[in-house]
Amino acid sequence: MKVTTFGLALAGLAFSAGAAFAQDAFKPAVVYDLGGKFDKSFNEGVHMGAEKYKKETGTDYRDFEPQNDAQREQALRRFARDGFSPIVAVGFSQETALKKVADEFPKTKFAIIDAVVEKPNVQSTVFKEHEGSFLVGLLAAQASKSGKVGFVGGMDIPLIRKFACGYVQGVKYAKKDAEVFQNMTGTTGAAWADPVKGGELAKSQIDRGADVIYHAAGGTGIGVLRATADAGKLGIGVDSNQNALHPGKMLTSMVKRVDIATYNVFDQAKKNTFKPGVSVLGLKEGGVDWALDDNNKALITPDMKASVDKASDGIKSGAITVHDYMADSKCPM
Amino acid sequence: MDPASLVTILDSALRLSIPLLAACLAGLWSERAGVVDIGLEGKMLVAAFAAAAAAHASNSAWIGLLGGIGAAIAFALVHGFASISQRGNQIVSGVAINMLAAGLTAIVGNAWYGQGGRTPPLEGPQRFGEVFLGHSALVYLALLAVPVTWFVLARTRFGLRLRAVGENPAAVDTAGISVSGLRYAAVIIGGVLCGLAGTYLAVAQSAGFLPNMTAGKGFIALAALIFAKWRAWPALGACFLFGLLDAISIRLQGIVLPVIGEVPVQAIQALPYLMTVILLAGVIGRATPPRAAGIPYVKER
Repeated sequence: MKVTTFGLALAGLAFSAGAAFAQDAFKPAVVYDLGGKFDKSFNEGVHMGAEKYKKETGTDYRDFEPQNDAQREQALRRFARDGFSPIVAVGFSQETALKKVADEFPKTKFAIIDAVVEKPNVQSTVFKEHEGSFLVGLLAAQASKSGKVGFVGGMDIPLIRKFACGYVQGVKYAKKDAEVFQNMTGTTGAAWADPVKGGELAKSQIDRGADVIYHAAGGTGIGVLRATADAGKLGIGVDSNQNALHPGKMLTSMVKRVDIATYNVFDQAKKNTFKPGVSVLGLKEGGVDWALDDNNKALITPDMKASVDKASDGIKSGAITVHDYMADSKCPM
Repeated sequence: MDPASLVTILDSALRLSIPLLAACLAGLWSERAGVVDIGLEGKMLVAAFAAAAAAHASNSAWIGLLGGIGAAIAFALVHGFASISQRGNQIVSGVAINMLAAGLTAIVGNAWYGQGGRTPPLEGPQRFGEVFLGHSALVYLALLAVPVTWFVLARTRFGLRLRAVGENPAAVDTAGISVSGLRYAAVIIGGVLCGLAGTYLAVAQSAGFLPNMTAGKGFIALAALIFAKWRAWPALGACFLFGLLDAISIRLQGIVLPVIGEVPVQAIQALPYLMTVILLAGVIGRATPPRAAGIPYVKER
């Protein structure tokens, strides 16, 4: 008799454990990129999306900020092992780590932003940054008095070249003879968090006559925007709306709606509508845009707004095609 | 190259060399007294954090400087206690200082401000503004430290004794002068200079603290120290050279050379480090450190 009770209890235990496993727990988690979740830019956009979801639904989430490359894989695996799902991997540099971990945990839902991982349990979101960059380039060329504008990138990778290339196309679209200075901060992950170097790069471009500078450099960009504001020039933010960093000295920001992407991943996983695959978000899909708010209203003249709206419609309808650097690793400009 | 761009390059070189210079002089003081200091990086980092936090709290850049110097001295004393009083391994203690600073600043920063270890951005009076020729007061303080270091070490009784402690501490001890007293003094002076370097990074050059913002500058300063053969004026030259290489590498990006075409960013960015290796390996000849550097002094034998 005793044995039976024990056996029953054991079976019950096993059953409940099995049920918990099959129930497909909803425990969202985020693994940020090296810039850190308060980079006022790319990672912070993700953070805002996750916070928004938390506020609306009351569902808490876990997050992790890796301090070096080796920690990415550990963090992803750790979250997966602890039963977190969906897990959002932020940034292209998590691609290899996620490829490995996604195979090890086929039941866990993963999402990656800025890279494509083709696995049955991974949802990849990439953006058409070149389209948004084109629009801010258009604005930069029109706001520039010297006819010279600058671009400061973070790590020198195709993705950032894509920003630069779109920007150059926008600048040249507005002013054929405008000059664009381009700098990359570095070739390692540290290039996302070096505001001193960013400021120095911006200063060097200002010295050469640039009066509008666009950055795509994560935390490094804070130094870029600081230097442009200090010199009385105009900065252009990236990823999140950074106009409020230096009100009146920020021409605009190229916003990349990573917050929406993150929110959607959480939402879909909760509602069981999560689908693996690749989604490409451009201007038309609302994935990228330029920011207009109280902080930069005075800097955008009606003419500028009209021309950028026109170009925006042109891109959406396909009348204007912005070349994607990542398609052929070349920039025609 | 036109004169205007030459001036801007020199300007940028000066800005970039100041943190190296202050840290290099800190190492010079410490190593001349026989205490090897590879914790320059950590002391700079903790000073940068303390300076940014103090400047933010007090709304004054100068209070920030005091905070930065105070924090760096505290870390210098830890290093001093381990390596002078406890006669521990100076390299191990230095590494510990570096790791402690990297972790502590990020954790305390996150606990205080909740921005991933970052301090809030500093504005207006919380930063050192430009006082003369477009440079902040700290630049001139660091430059002033060069002749002062040279004069004190080469021309004063204190300096002579301090150098003697780094070469032959037993002789100094025999003369009835406290070896540990002199070494502590040197380590504290090193702390003050590291405080200056860190404060410059966070409160003058940028506007706020970021985790790991020193980015290896403490180690470049050590290289400069060896390159300068532990002397003050050559240290100025070495640090300026490294700053100049850094500044040039920024300007050279995207430049198209006649035959080669566009120079890859990676090649340009490796330039300062490549030059460092070449200079250290070939040009300077033999660099002899102070004889007693790294050896804890034990009185009784």
